[in-house]
Amino acid sequence: MLELRGVSKRFGSVEALKEVDFQVQDGEVMALVGDNGAGKSTLIKGVAGIYSIDEGEIYFDGELVSIHGPKDAAKLGIEVVYQDLALCDNLDVVQNMYLGREVHDPLFRLREAPMEQRTAETLKSLAVTTIRSVRQPVATLSGGQRQSVAVARAVMWNNRVVFLDEPTAALGVAQTRQVLDLVKRLGDQGLAVILVSHNLSDVFEVADRITVLRLGRTVGVYEKNATSEQEIVQAITVGAPAKAA
Amino acid sequence: MSTASPPEVQAAAGDQDSLAAILRGRWEALKGGDVGSLPVIVGIVAITIFFAAKTNIFFTAVNFSNLIGQMAGVTVIAVGIVFVLLIGEIDLSVGYVSGIASVAVAEFQVVGSSHDYPGLVAIALAILIGGAIGGAQGSIIAFLGVPSFVVTLAGLLICQGLIIQILGTEGVIGIDDHQILDVSNYVLTKNTGWIVAIVFTALLAAASLGTYIGRLRAGLPTGNIIATIVRVLFFGGLGFAAVAVCNHSRGVPLVGLIVVFVVVLFAYIAERTTFGRHVYAVGGNAEAARRAGINVKLIRILCFVISGSMAGLGGVILASRLNSVDLTFGGGTLLLDTISAAVIGGVSLFGGRGRVSGALFGGLIIGMISNGTDLVGSADWIKYVTTGSILLAAVTLDTVARRRQAAVGR
Repeated sequence: MLELRGVSKRFGSVEALKEVDFQVQDGEVMALVGDNGAGKSTLIKGVAGIYSIDEGEIYFDGELVSIHGPKDAAKLGIEVVYQDLALCDNLDVVQNMYLGREVHDPLFRLREAPMEQRTAETLKSLAVTTIRSVRQPVATLSGGQRQSVAVARAVMWNNRVVFLDEPTAALGVAQTRQVLDLVKRLGDQGLAVILVSHNLSDVFEVADRITVLRLGRTVGVYEKNATSEQEIVQAITVGAPAKAA
Repeated sequence: MSTASPPEVQAAAGDQDSLAAILRGRWEALKGGDVGSLPVIVGIVAITIFFAAKTNIFFTAVNFSNLIGQMAGVTVIAVGIVFVLLIGEIDLSVGYVSGIASVAVAEFQVVGSSHDYPGLVAIALAILIGGAIGGAQGSIIAFLGVPSFVVTLAGLLICQGLIIQILGTEGVIGIDDHQILDVSNYVLTKNTGWIVAIVFTALLAAASLGTYIGRLRAGLPTGNIIATIVRVLFFGGLGFAAVAVCNHSRGVPLVGLIVVFVVVLFAYIAERTTFGRHVYAVGGNAEAARRAGINVKLIRILCFVISGSMAGLGGVILASRLNSVDLTFGGGTLLLDTISAAVIGGVSLFGGRGRVSGALFGGLIIGMISNGTDLVGSADWIKYVTTGSILLAAVTLDTVARRRQAAVGR
């Protein structure tokens, strides 16, 4: 589905990514873990087109692709839900879901009805039921609801690959529950989901496989059912020889 | 003005469609820091009562007509300011950019000169010059990242210098062109005035009905039909009342029509087009807008072009009103009046919140204070202190509202 081969990225003299290999399949939740500075965010931004990678190849559906900006990534069907939630607080749910992709007629007049309809349908299909009205400004939503909106936006555009950057970092217990259920449903719907997280109990709950990064290199890829939290912690902190997955 | 109902009203679904629920929703929003147009309406009523009690000239048809002429220039310039404030920037140059436009429109009609153009051409050139200055400033801000405060402050000084340079030898240019003079001085015949009111109400009703039917067809909550009808009747009624009062004296001033047209046009652009949506997005969270693929730089530049163009149109209106242009144009309290108008009208200085119609209400308040204090014969210092106090109150309200909204949100 999505595959990175030998991807490197430098910031001046700092090598943020060194020949990283990474791969995720349809309908799979792949966790991407690593300590601070391991290169998780850089990898995401490289695939999302925020940074351009210095070396390496990105394959999408087995074909070599080049990603030079957010629009290239969006065209392929790759969407990133950022940690700092790229939502506009002053806009409502519908407006945020369609941000930058508004439905309009040839005169650039907005067509609100289809946008509102589709937003409501998407939220319903993901069983996001706690949002009272799709015309509420996002500022009035709770953290979990905001995260749900951001995830739903990624799903609505028939995206095939969704990156979730620390989706539960700022959430309470109930809201974390809500978001993790959502992540599972995404995988069940056939999307390739990459979950970036520090929280290993979250990771072990929803992920199918786990990729560990350390100091900009891939340590290994682990099957969730064939590994333990201990092994992952060791891979994150001291690194470990890659194990066949 | 435009038919867009506040989000809270549109949001009301099914059982939430009742009038009681709408009022409850408004009350919740109010507690959440979204004061809407309430302070402005209270302000307009309070100022009217105050001055009407002080002098019996204030609340008359003739004075209403005068007030329209006095507030027109400031209001039109404030419409442009709204767009700049919405993206979280500021434009300090609008005063002297309007001054440049005043000088330009006068210069381009000087009889016997090499550039003696018809009035409408001169007006178009003046607006274009304003837009070009705005575009130049906006480009520096968007591409080089220089703070708008400094760029437009420099623009203010440069424009002021240019006005002195151009007017230097004569100091004053008279305006003889009829088309230019008509901008602020032409009065519609009484029947034309009525037709305008009818057309305005019909368009408003058609737009509301269109939205209603569209939502009904899509199976979406339509909001309360009675609330919609009341809104159309209210604003249509305001239109008829304004025409009736104007017709009681000389008739509807053309410049009043221009102001309403500008406000409605830009309110439509802000609320119903992709460009407007992107303006709000950039003001709300520029980084989110960028990640969503919006061309943030282009939006920034276009907002400054709008600000410059409207300053240009405002300059034409002000020049037309005085029949001549001199060194005082663009100076005085013009800049502060226009920014105050936008802020008093509920447009946030922090970006992303506020509506174009706010410029009209803010302009009205500024105009009423100026007009009222003149009629009462108060000293200038009272006018300044009053305007300043109201501006301070508006900004404070904005800041507090913003904090409350953040508190409710998380």
